[in-house]
Amino acid sequence: MSSRGNSVAKGWRAGLGSRALVSMTGEGAFVRLYGVVAAGGFRRYTTYRVATAAGVFTNTVFGVIVAYTYIALWDQRPNLGGYDQSQALTYVWVSQALLMTVNMFGGGFADELVERIRTGDIAIDLYRPADLQLWWLSADLGRALFHFLGRGAVPLAFGALFFDLALPTTPGTWLAFLLAVLLGVVVSFALRFLVALSAFWLLDGAGVSSLVSIAGLFFSGMLLPLNAFPGLLGEVARALPWSCLLQIPADVLMGHHHGTGLLGAYGFQLGWAALLLGAGRVLQSAAVRRVVVQGG
Amino acid sequence: MTDLVELDGVEKVFDVRRKTGRWRREKQQVRAVDGISFRVPRGEMVGYIGPNGAGKSTTIKMLTGILTPSAGRLRVAGLDPSRERTRMAQRIGVVFGQRTTLWWDLPLYDSYRLAHRMYRIPDARFRENLDRCVELLDLASLLDVPVRQLSLGQRMRGDIAAALLHDPDVLYLDEPTIGLDVISKAKVRQFLRDLNAERATTILLTTHDLTDIEQLCRRVMVIDHGRLMYDGALTGLHEAGESERTLVVDLERELPPVRAEGARVVKVEGPRQWLAFPASASAAPLVAHIAAEYPLVDLSVREPDIEAVIARMYEGPRVH
Amino acid sequence: MPGAAGAAGAPERLPAPGMWATYRMIAGMWIRSTLAYRASFAMMLVGNFLVTAFDFVVIALMFSQVRSLGGYSFAEVAFLYGTSTTAFGLANALLGSIDKLGARVRDGTLDTLLVRPAPVLAQVAADRFGLQRLGRLLQGLLVLGGSLLALDVHWTVLKALLVPMMLLSGTAIFCAVFVAGAAFQFWAQDAAEVQSAFTYGGQTLLQYPPTVFAKDMVRGVTYVFPLAFVNWLPALYVLGRPYPLALPAWFAFTPPLVAALCLILAGQAWRVGVRSYRSTGS
Repeated sequence: MSSRGNSVAKGWRAGLGSRALVSMTGEGAFVRLYGVVAAGGFRRYTTYRVATAAGVFTNTVFGVIVAYTYIALWDQRPNLGGYDQSQALTYVWVSQALLMTVNMFGGGFADELVERIRTGDIAIDLYRPADLQLWWLSADLGRALFHFLGRGAVPLAFGALFFDLALPTTPGTWLAFLLAVLLGVVVSFALRFLVALSAFWLLDGAGVSSLVSIAGLFFSGMLLPLNAFPGLLGEVARALPWSCLLQIPADVLMGHHHGTGLLGAYGFQLGWAALLLGAGRVLQSAAVRRVVVQGG
Repeated sequence: MTDLVELDGVEKVFDVRRKTGRWRREKQQVRAVDGISFRVPRGEMVGYIGPNGAGKSTTIKMLTGILTPSAGRLRVAGLDPSRERTRMAQRIGVVFGQRTTLWWDLPLYDSYRLAHRMYRIPDARFRENLDRCVELLDLASLLDVPVRQLSLGQRMRGDIAAALLHDPDVLYLDEPTIGLDVISKAKVRQFLRDLNAERATTILLTTHDLTDIEQLCRRVMVIDHGRLMYDGALTGLHEAGESERTLVVDLERELPPVRAEGARVVKVEGPRQWLAFPASASAAPLVAHIAAEYPLVDLSVREPDIEAVIARMYEGPRVH
Repeated sequence: MPGAAGAAGAPERLPAPGMWATYRMIAGMWIRSTLAYRASFAMMLVGNFLVTAFDFVVIALMFSQVRSLGGYSFAEVAFLYGTSTTAFGLANALLGSIDKLGARVRDGTLDTLLVRPAPVLAQVAADRFGLQRLGRLLQGLLVLGGSLLALDVHWTVLKALLVPMMLLSGTAIFCAVFVAGAAFQFWAQDAAEVQSAFTYGGQTLLQYPPTVFAKDMVRGVTYVFPLAFVNWLPALYVLGRPYPLALPAWFAFTPPLVAALCLILAGQAWRVGVRSYRSTGS
């Protein structure tokens, strides 16, 4: 009763022409290979037009519902978390716009990777002349770009049209926001990569991955801005890697960080990205040894 | 003999939206099945063949009650399949070769237990049928194994058993040997022969493997572009299609093309040569001749595939 | 098979199982399937409980900063939350995977359900049934119980009866939304997420007081897409609060009627969808 494996295999191949696998030496070829992988990750999602439209609709509906609850909340506490009401509303619409881009629910490539580990197809990937982590990171960046444009732009535009948002007027702030989103995607990827690799040791990773995505949902600030979390809970939440996904990009967009503060925010994201990607590498080499020893 | 399956001018027309520009789409009608009539008496085994997209699976879907015909009259065991879908379902068995109906994460036996309850099979009858299937399909050691751990061949045998526990009048098999190894194929074919002989179960099967038909069906129907192109014995089809089998011979060394009565060399590649000969002729005299005259290392016979037979049929004289 | 050789007369067939019997059979198979992965099942049950509890944690966090929301106290909002989540949780436990219908149409596995002698709706409704879905229901019931203890309401028999009534009719309304959404997927197989806007979105909306939202939204979910009948109308009667729209008080007692109507319409939509599938094959 499962056709999942099949569709996964299809997804893996989709958008990756054989030219991705021709011999690659030198830096240019390196960039080209992962560029092709990223483009494949992007293209895979462009085929699901109805699904994208449906997702935009749902994001927008949720945006409206949450926006009104925030209006009620900020009516009572006008300066909660250092936001005024239009900043709080901006936060709502940015969170709907980034929901898929930084993959706050988890899943995405991770489900696919877990499935490949479960079926043993991962052994093929490990013998591929490309790095596992970089391969999936490229594909995920391609996917993120699609979701940013396809799923993010319309809800944000809708929010800006029907609510009073505090959006920046200078292109520099928008660029700073894009960089923060990019770093957020990398941190999100690194987290999900770690969880997916745990499937090497746990036969069925669905439980772990759902627990981690729950933690992510809560600590990313998707439900309520981390600034508005009370006391110690707020401080802990802001120090965890999940704050890189939404809270920091949203604050960068609203101009909360500038100058050295902005560098500090990027540094925080980069630090988590490096730490988590590094942990992913350690786990990956342990997994490779395991596959080599057990033959997959 | 009574006719168990009756089709009179059955049609199935689909509206298909086709992209005609970047954004424009146009509605088009596609006649997937375009006026098909045939009858199948009880106890017959019929092969139903044709190229992909010819209308085979649409016909099967109408016969099983999944799809409603657009026009014509269709009866299976006296029932209108699409109007009386659940009653029909109790009297037919369906095996989709590429799609298992077994429960992926559960032991094989659990799927049978569900069939027992869902088809409301009397207990004694269920036990009897299951025991028989387990014996003939060699399932005894598999009953406790989760389906996801079965091989393709084991799963196919499991699926066939699942389709037979409720004593269906008709068994529809859609590509029952696809992807199976030689031994599994032989097992499945032997079982179907026994089933048909013992129980007189009517069997309709679609396949790409002409050997299935050769070994199982006295009658074959060819469908293409939604129309019935041929309905008769398999030998007749070979004659109609002038189909050819291929003998592949590996010689000790590279030699000029082999000369043999009734066969011609169609390809040479180093010491390997391909000889085409009529499918209706026996390979034995040909093989004997080559073995006697040439330094033979190895040989094999390739059956014509259905696409090739049908393609030749169009080139040759039309059958009506 | 032995002994039946040449049996021209087919054996007597018992009538096919009905909706509920089919549902129980398929759901039972899925429960056994999930128990094959016990560790994951336990984690998913906990996860389900937690993830749905977050909605309430957010409300609690809000109330750690304010004393009222839209003029409603914490206990009152918790009552709305409890009724909405319980009704939705029950509907979701019953047919939460029905939105996978589009995927089944796309990959053709719906056909394997159509050749079984059982109602397709029941088979699809029970698809991927899992006990871990009880997490949400449990959590909704806990909050509801807590709010009933904390509420400062002058209880009457009528009000007391209104609580179970709204839970049942609310479940029925959400079930209707699930079925109608699934029926829609016979035409738009990739549009599963649209349904989430009305199911999960509806649940979230109803967790807050209607005074929080724009009048037009309240009108929309009262007159057009009748989610307000799940809990807002009866719950506001229990709380002794005026409904933001000018409606007579007896509207608080109409949810069972509205639910019946919704179920009938959803059933019709489903039948039209199945008929369309069987005539087009999609």
